[in-house]
Amino acid sequence: MISLKNLTKVYGHGDKSVTVLDNLEIDVATGEILAIVGPSGAGKSTLAQCINLLERPTSGQVIVNGEDLARLPERKLRVARRRIGTVFQSASLLSRRTAAENIALPLQYLGVTPAETKARVAELLDRVGLSHRANHYPFELSGGQLQRVGIARALALRPSVLLSDEATSGLDPETTRSVVSLLRQLRDDLDLAVVFITHEMDTVLHVADSAARLENGRITEQGSLVDLLTDHDSALGRALQPRLSPADPGAGSRAWHVTYDSRTVPADWLQRVSADLGEPVALLAATIQSIDGTSTGNATVGLHAPEPRAAAAFALHGLRAVPREAAAPEARTASAPRSSEELQWA
Amino acid sequence: MGLSIPAAAQIRALSDTPIPELPALLVPALGETLAMVGIVMLIVVALGTPIAVALHNMAPGGLYEHRGTYSVLSWIVNIGRSLPFLVLMAAIVPFTRFVTGTNIGIAAAVVPMSLAGIPFFARLVENCLREVPRSVTAAARASGGSPLQIIRSAQLGEAVPAILGGLTINTIAMIEYSAIAGTIGAGGIGYVAVTYGYQRFDQTVMLATVILLIVMVTVVQLTGDALVRATTPHLRRRA
Ligand SMILES: Nc1ncnc2c1ncn2[C@@H]1O[C@H](COP(=O)(O)OP(=O)(O)OP(=O)(O)O)[C@@H](O)[C@H]1O
Ligand SMILES: [Mg+2]
Repeated sequence: MISLKNLTKVYGHGDKSVTVLDNLEIDVATGEILAIVGPSGAGKSTLAQCINLLERPTSGQVIVNGEDLARLPERKLRVARRRIGTVFQSASLLSRRTAAENIALPLQYLGVTPAETKARVAELLDRVGLSHRANHYPFELSGGQLQRVGIARALALRPSVLLSDEATSGLDPETTRSVVSLLRQLRDDLDLAVVFITHEMDTVLHVADSAARLENGRITEQGSLVDLLTDHDSALGRALQPRLSPADPGAGSRAWHVTYDSRTVPADWLQRVSADLGEPVALLAATIQSIDGTSTGNATVGLHAPEPRAAAAFALHGLRAVPREAAAPEARTASAPRSSEELQWA
Repeated sequence: MGLSIPAAAQIRALSDTPIPELPALLVPALGETLAMVGIVMLIVVALGTPIAVALHNMAPGGLYEHRGTYSVLSWIVNIGRSLPFLVLMAAIVPFTRFVTGTNIGIAAAVVPMSLAGIPFFARLVENCLREVPRSVTAAARASGGSPLQIIRSAQLGEAVPAILGGLTINTIAMIEYSAIAGTIGAGGIGYVAVTYGYQRFDQTVMLATVILLIVMVTVVQLTGDALVRATTPHLRRRA
């Protein structure tokens, strides 16, 4: 597990100093994947560099398995870095070495014998599904395969923390999905604490157990995915929901924005609300998915019933409904995630 | 050389070397040029590479970032780069004599050639190192490498083809410098070209030295290109 305590990073001195990370408190348990999202310039990459100690934090602690690594002297720091595997965005492989030779790099640095290195590299290649590409050079590999090599290299020294800074950025959705499911698989098999930095909200829903939003060097929101998605006041939760473009409700009918307000919403709520109101409720847009076994999502429905009665009917089943005009603007088209657990109409 | 044209024509007519005698004149000269360039390139690579690595890693963002030392080193390299070779050669005669005990011959040429070649090569290699993506160095650091391991495998290792390209450029420049050094008695092709071809108007020797220099430079360039291809995975033909 990894804990960041009061982590602060200041670049520059005196008048010109910039506080890029401001007193961050982050915990990632063993077996947990924390997604860190935030706008460009928020400090995400700086945070990544402080976590893998390529940059020394100005103050605060980086605690991995109970030991504070931030204050170690330079030589010990190099050893400490081995406990944290880092997957970089791209172009971080040695172009003149094969996939296998790239994965072997950390082992060579450590001075592992060639025989052991060979065995470990074969195991890692197998784990990331690239045994058949062992002797290929980076220019002969696809974007997704390059990332798999990067992941294998990050795991070479059996770290307890895996850090990924925009590892799926620039990959197509299909490839992103396969890299993400590999990360989840590895998390399960190797009991890793994973810090997954991204700007892609879709990916967060697929990969993470919890999420934190970094803005101007501060964590503005943090929580488990389920909590965020079922919390109406959570800006991060809203941002994580796919944007939908609802159909027209039709004459005389009014559009309502419906969100899940409880963890026990019945699956057949649409029929139940229709029955309660005594009119058929039209489904105009919806996305509902299961996160850790809890259904979350949002829908737009069209109905005739007057406002207080309709709101009460939804509330009865653990839903919150707001007339469409009053709801948050939902202008953009859907870029909906697709996963096996998911159920979607639109 | 204050010869009038008719006199020059006369001398040429008298002293053009017969073609069968050319090898006896040119082969030893070629040997001297190769020796000069070879020795100089060994010194240039041995000293220029560490200087380039130091420059690269003491610059902002390097492994041993150190502005002060970087500036001083960079300034020294710039001085070496800014003097025309002929001026440099003349200016350091006392130093050359101090180092080698003489100011003519191969030994005397090696000193100014190295002094010109080292900063040249250092800048070429520094440039090659700068072309290696930062993320490669970052990944090597994150993989637990020591600074020396990172410099070897991630920085120099990645830059090998580019450095070989720089080495080719540098070697060709040194062939040129060896010819200039020849004018002050260092021997080699340049010396032959100047004493026979220029001072005695021996057209045959002049032409032969020109051809020889073109062939040498071409061989160096083709060898360099082949080495770059051999060390770049995507340019190498896979078996
Ligand atoms: N070495 C540095 N010196 C000074 N300022 C820096 C340095 N590195 C980053 N910064 C500043 O810190 C801020 C955060 O940068 P960072 O790269 O961490 O952002 P990011 O969240 O990763 O952005 P992006 O999503 O675009 O990658 C930026 O304002 C940047 O200018
Ligand atoms: Mg970034």
